[in-house]
Amino acid sequence: MAVTVTMPQLGESVTEGTIARWLKQPGEPVARYESIVEVASDKVNAEIPAPTDGTFGEVIAPEGAVVTVGQPICTIEQGAEGASDGQAAGGGTARSEAEVEVRSEAVPAPEALPREVGPAAQAARSEAARPTVSAEPPTSPAPPAAPIEVPGRIAASVQADDGGEAAIVPRAGPEPAGEAASDGRMHVTPAVRMLAREHDVDLTQIRGSGIGGRVTKKDVLEYVQQRDAAGRRGERPGAQAAPAAPPGAPAAAPALAPAADLQEGDRLLPMTNVRRAIADHMVRSRHTSPHAWLMVEVDMSRVVRVREARKNEFKATYGVSLTYLPFVARAVLGSLRRFPTLNAQWSEEGIVLKRDIHLGIAVALEENLVVPVLRNADRLSLSGLAQAMADLGERARANRLKLDEIQGGTFTVNNTGALGTVLTQAIINQPQAAILTMDAVIKRPVVVDDMIGIRPIMNLGLSFDHRLNDGLQAARFVQDVRTQLEELDEAASLL
Amino acid sequence: MPVRTYVDAIREAMREEMRRDRRVMVFGEDVGAKGGVFGVTEGLQKEFGEWRVMDAPLAESCIVGVSVGAALNGMRPIAEIQFQDFILPAVDQIISEAAKMRYRSAGDWNVPMVIRAPFGGGVHGALYHSQSLEAMFCHVPGLKVVVPSTPHDAKGLLVAAIRDPDPVLYFEHKKAYRSIRGEVPEGDYTVPLGTARLAREGEDIALFTYGLMVHTALEAAQRLERDGFSVEVVDLRCLRPLDRGAIVRSARRCGKVLVAQEANLAVSVASEVSAIVAEECFEYLDAPVMRIGGPEVPAMPFARPLEDFYLVGTDKLEAKLRQLARY
Repeated sequence: MAVTVTMPQLGESVTEGTIARWLKQPGEPVARYESIVEVASDKVNAEIPAPTDGTFGEVIAPEGAVVTVGQPICTIEQGAEGASDGQAAGGGTARSEAEVEVRSEAVPAPEALPREVGPAAQAARSEAARPTVSAEPPTSPAPPAAPIEVPGRIAASVQADDGGEAAIVPRAGPEPAGEAASDGRMHVTPAVRMLAREHDVDLTQIRGSGIGGRVTKKDVLEYVQQRDAAGRRGERPGAQAAPAAPPGAPAAAPALAPAADLQEGDRLLPMTNVRRAIADHMVRSRHTSPHAWLMVEVDMSRVVRVREARKNEFKATYGVSLTYLPFVARAVLGSLRRFPTLNAQWSEEGIVLKRDIHLGIAVALEENLVVPVLRNADRLSLSGLAQAMADLGERARANRLKLDEIQGGTFTVNNTGALGTVLTQAIINQPQAAILTMDAVIKRPVVVDDMIGIRPIMNLGLSFDHRLNDGLQAARFVQDVRTQLEELDEAASLL
Repeated sequence: MPVRTYVDAIREAMREEMRRDRRVMVFGEDVGAKGGVFGVTEGLQKEFGEWRVMDAPLAESCIVGVSVGAALNGMRPIAEIQFQDFILPAVDQIISEAAKMRYRSAGDWNVPMVIRAPFGGGVHGALYHSQSLEAMFCHVPGLKVVVPSTPHDAKGLLVAAIRDPDPVLYFEHKKAYRSIRGEVPEGDYTVPLGTARLAREGEDIALFTYGLMVHTALEAAQRLERDGFSVEVVDLRCLRPLDRGAIVRSARRCGKVLVAQEANLAVSVASEVSAIVAEECFEYLDAPVMRIGGPEVPAMPFARPLEDFYLVGTDKLEAKLRQLARY
């Protein structure tokens, strides 16, 4: 009997995944819980375990295909069909022993399956290999990839790249509307289909406000209303087709991106999952939280002295470099305990003060941005923070973060100072209350006791959600962080 | 218009019909001297005498059986079952006799009888005083089943039921008796059996429900209104025959449908409404039909937290509506 394996849900609010690499080929034996495929989603790279023992059957979704959660990706033949009859008959006992062994050692439990995370994932890799969609014939604007039918209602686009080799590229070309409908992957309800037919609406032009970006009946009606209104004003129909999300919906639908305007010589970087996820998140955050911003200057003299004096010893003892980040993080964690509304989330019922502090640390990678989360960071000492952050950063760069290391952050620290910035206005990482930015530590002339002195100064900027906090709490919070850094006990242990 | 409680409206309907029509009589346990355990028949025996408001032995098969006989002999009996939970010994009389009489006599005989019974939970009534058994009777051709939610409908539907030439089961939510008040027109009026009531207009979700749950539904709808979702609430009020037209109209207009009831869901009124929507509104649906009701356990528990868990309160209903709104 054939068992159909479907695309699992990889993380909250993830609706689809990209087949990164098949680890098994048709005909190969597979053991239950053995990894059969690598899947990349917006958030996570994961290896998917086989749900059963058997023989790998058919690949339904080829590498590179984008598959909606719950749709089939491959089949596994169960039972004796895989093993040759002789083997099955002759070595019955031996086989079952081997099976037991595989089960016991392979994977302890489904929940504990290795789930590696790496936002850029396969999509980024394939993008790096083929940076442009149409490198050779740039004369015509963005040749839309020819859609091919793939079994199991998965669609992908096929195109020839420079080498003439057919490659399946996920989501080639611009995709103006939320969840693509043109490739047939979108779920359309009867009501939406009827309305679309009645009003002659191209559903791909509508950004869906429903679950998983589904285009709802309301979306269509609002789109038609706007289109007709635009028509009456003599505008190009559909030009401003961005139906507003229902009031109170968590994410206001962002304005529809314009169609790609490719002139001769322009290049189109195909949309990657991670780029889209970042884009969606940023737009959503701006729409959700009224951002307010403030900044203080911090005299980092003591921190700099401590660091200079102890960095070699620290490196030798703990194996990681002593940077400014753990000092700031330590101060922030202390201040968050004193200002709980900064470690909080907005909800319609009220402000949720989070008990635990899970600190997000923004890490810039070449092609994307990832915010690994240090769970219960306030329980760590300075050296513990330094080690944990170094470990997370390293694994983030290697795409080896685990699912719970990129979710559930309650406050984020952003260290753009490492890139030399002096003034940074960050966008809040939803659903958190604020994000703190460290800018570069720079020696500046400052007034100290009515004299001019030279001090290492760092700007500390806070973007905060004005729904939860006013300037008063926000300013007190950053002042508190500043005080801890400026009055650092130089003799204290770094343990 | 005077404001009355649900229980007063029911009593007023019986009193006015008994004054108007000498054939109308009440028969049930403790309905006479005591005036009913919930006080629904209070004062009726004093006004109409022991022969028209008659105490019955503790034997429900007798209460319904005698009423069937009385009806066949030209009376218009109102049988009161003290709690709907106790109706089961009378089911043979109801289904095998009352429901079938007109059919089996080719229309020569009919049973103009009303069976009143309080039902429902949330009053700490535990296993034997909390059930919602309406679905059992909704399944039976030959019966009509009515569940009013407001004092206005309680009176209008009971008058219509009494005047109906065939058996009508009239179920009263016991928690509604004194907690629900509303305007009741003076004098003679009826609410036609088989018609639903549009309790609240809306355009995003059609919420079908009945009985006390109508009030829960209106509260939940109010909460969603604040977030810009408009919920239409349809009070089914007559569960057999269902108002097919009203169901189809609202379901088609809104495109999203939730059916809510206190009873458990399997093979229930919610099942039937969902089936009608599936049959007649498929092309208008913008989401799967959703249902919410009691859990599939044998009875409503006694313990307060467990009773709360069993019941569909405003919070649960609101959460379900939001789930549907988000779809």
